[in-house]
Amino acid sequence: MAPFISTTLLAIIIKIYLIFKIIDSMIHFFQSLGNITLSSFAKLGRSSVFLIQTLTGILSVIPRPALLFKQLYSIGVLSFLIITISGLFVGMVLGLQGFNILSDFGAEEALGVMVAASLVRELGPVVSALLFAGRAGSALTAEIGLMKATEQLSGMEMMAIDPIKRIIAPRFLAGVIAMPLLAALFSSIGVLGGHMVGVSMLGVDDGAYWSQMQANLDFQDDIINGIIKSIVFGFVVSWIALFEGYDAMPTSEGVSRATTRTVVNSAFAILGLDFILTALMFGDI
Amino acid sequence: MDNGVNSNTELVSIQNLSFSRGDRKIFNDISLTIQRGKITAIMGPSGTGKTTLLKLIGGQLYPDRGKIFVDGQNVHQLKRSDLYTLRKRMGMLFQSGALLTDLNIYDNIALPLREHTALSEPMIRTLVLMKLHAVGLRGARTLMPNELSGGMARRVALARAIVLDPMMIMYDEPFTGQDPISLGTLVKLIKAFNNALGLTSIIVSHDVKETASIADYIYFLSDGKIIGKGTPEQIKNLQSEWVQQFMKGDADGPVHFHYPASDYHKDLLNI
Amino acid sequence: MQNTKTQDILVGLFVAFGIAALFFMAMQISNLNPLSKENVYTITARFENSGGLKIKSPVSLAGVRIGRVANISIDTSSFESIVEMHIESQYQLPDDTSASIFTAGLLGEQYVSLEPGGSEEFLEPNGVIDITQSAIVLEEVIGQFLFKETAKD
Repeated sequence: MAPFISTTLLAIIIKIYLIFKIIDSMIHFFQSLGNITLSSFAKLGRSSVFLIQTLTGILSVIPRPALLFKQLYSIGVLSFLIITISGLFVGMVLGLQGFNILSDFGAEEALGVMVAASLVRELGPVVSALLFAGRAGSALTAEIGLMKATEQLSGMEMMAIDPIKRIIAPRFLAGVIAMPLLAALFSSIGVLGGHMVGVSMLGVDDGAYWSQMQANLDFQDDIINGIIKSIVFGFVVSWIALFEGYDAMPTSEGVSRATTRTVVNSAFAILGLDFILTALMFGDI
Repeated sequence: MDNGVNSNTELVSIQNLSFSRGDRKIFNDISLTIQRGKITAIMGPSGTGKTTLLKLIGGQLYPDRGKIFVDGQNVHQLKRSDLYTLRKRMGMLFQSGALLTDLNIYDNIALPLREHTALSEPMIRTLVLMKLHAVGLRGARTLMPNELSGGMARRVALARAIVLDPMMIMYDEPFTGQDPISLGTLVKLIKAFNNALGLTSIIVSHDVKETASIADYIYFLSDGKIIGKGTPEQIKNLQSEWVQQFMKGDADGPVHFHYPASDYHKDLLNI
Repeated sequence: MQNTKTQDILVGLFVAFGIAALFFMAMQISNLNPLSKENVYTITARFENSGGLKIKSPVSLAGVRIGRVANISIDTSSFESIVEMHIESQYQLPDDTSASIFTAGLLGEQYVSLEPGGSEEFLEPNGVIDITQSAIVLEEVIGQFLFKETAKD
């Protein structure tokens, strides 16, 4: 009987051990969940304070347009090429795909509507915002993060110059201004690209391309809503990019992580907000 | 004054300052004073929070306990605008120079003038060129910060720190990583500015020889405490073993060569 | 300073291109008529069945678009569809104008076609068109066709 007792005893001990192990890992799980929750709340708080400071800082940018111009250059002009080329190709692909689908129904004349509606409502604001996050957003984060790492920001503070006003606010404002312009360029060039493929290459009637588009797209509902979307995206991407840079660990690793976070978080924010905005603007939800 | 500061002779007074970062105590109840018109050095090994002390004086960080008075004003009770006014009268030289990388040398030095004064551009030009001449870099005004050597960047930063004619300058490790020539130049400049401009200088450093050659008074910081103070002459005769090890640069002494670890032999045998 | 100048020029060009693109979107893509909101008057027509007509569907006269459908509602007593239309005010319509709902192409969208009569009087704003022809519902037409064909046999 003795070995039997000892094996049951052993089994009980192992069970108790395992139960403790499970409890321990559960405690560990809740601890890290709590940690993540608390730190994300703290970050949310810091970023809100940052946003408010930035928005008030914009007031001091207005009398000094030179600061804004410099940022419009590095944010807007330097994104021009990637936006226009991408817009052209997206428009051409839409022309090609749209033609293939619509010609099955004998409705090639609707190609203009299809290309323009998809660009103006969705692809223009969303794709250009994603490109903007990758091109300008990551550059902003890296720039601000490096400024922090090389003590430029605290150097300015010690010179009694508020870096939020001098460095952050002009970049933020430039991002909010540049984004709708870039999205408009993207959409317009995309429509021309669709025209190039659909009308010049595949033989859709030129008049039908434009007139169907004009008859079916509404200035208020389509164009204005698209512009509102791109302004919202510009606001959010600039905020994320600048905050991640400002909040980055002042080391090379910290800056590179912050840059990655900018691109990832911006992409999430753009796509999530796009759904919400679309539901509010076009949907009946 | 009710704060116990004699602001005629003392420019900076630190009283019972405690500061910690996470669980680590950087400063544990330290008090020190900086005399007007003198060069005061704060020395100690790397990682003792010397830069943190300068940031506390500049009001960029807040202490856990204790007070810091600069020119009779409690730095951490000032309103933001008053703090900024005070900072205009403090110059700070960062270790990296902290020059703005998107502006050239001239614009970097002109920046505080353009931000804080209503001077005309010709006036600003005169002032900037004077300060650049004083640090010997008038010919380099169109260069960008990334085209400068470390020593030159520090001299430009020095010119920027004095451009508003401050009452004090804080130097953060001004001698680290400099070749002997730029080292000599910096020592000469710090000494000359202190005397010619009637400045008060605070040097935070671990470079013994250079600092001791120009400092009027030295504080030693280690493990969050002041463990020695005095004029360079007094320091040499100080009984503290720690200070002597630091001044002579011995590898072993009160500060051990080895980071705390378990027994070496046991560790090797993996017991 | 040369540097700043080229930079300013490029920024200027960028902003100009961006604004041009916005104008392009407004004018060429959506055919914005800036005064369209004020420059219209409303007329109403009652249809037995307004079919696939939607708000913003075109209203045309002799093949030219002269307005849009503004609202579609139902008369709860007569169970008719009430279609409100915004007509550009430069077009005056005789008061015996008739309205029909047609389909553009076999699968195209539906629109209101107005047929002017010979009256000397014009329709007032908020006027009502009395003579209407309902939308042709494809299923009904096919159903009738099949019924006739089977009846012949």
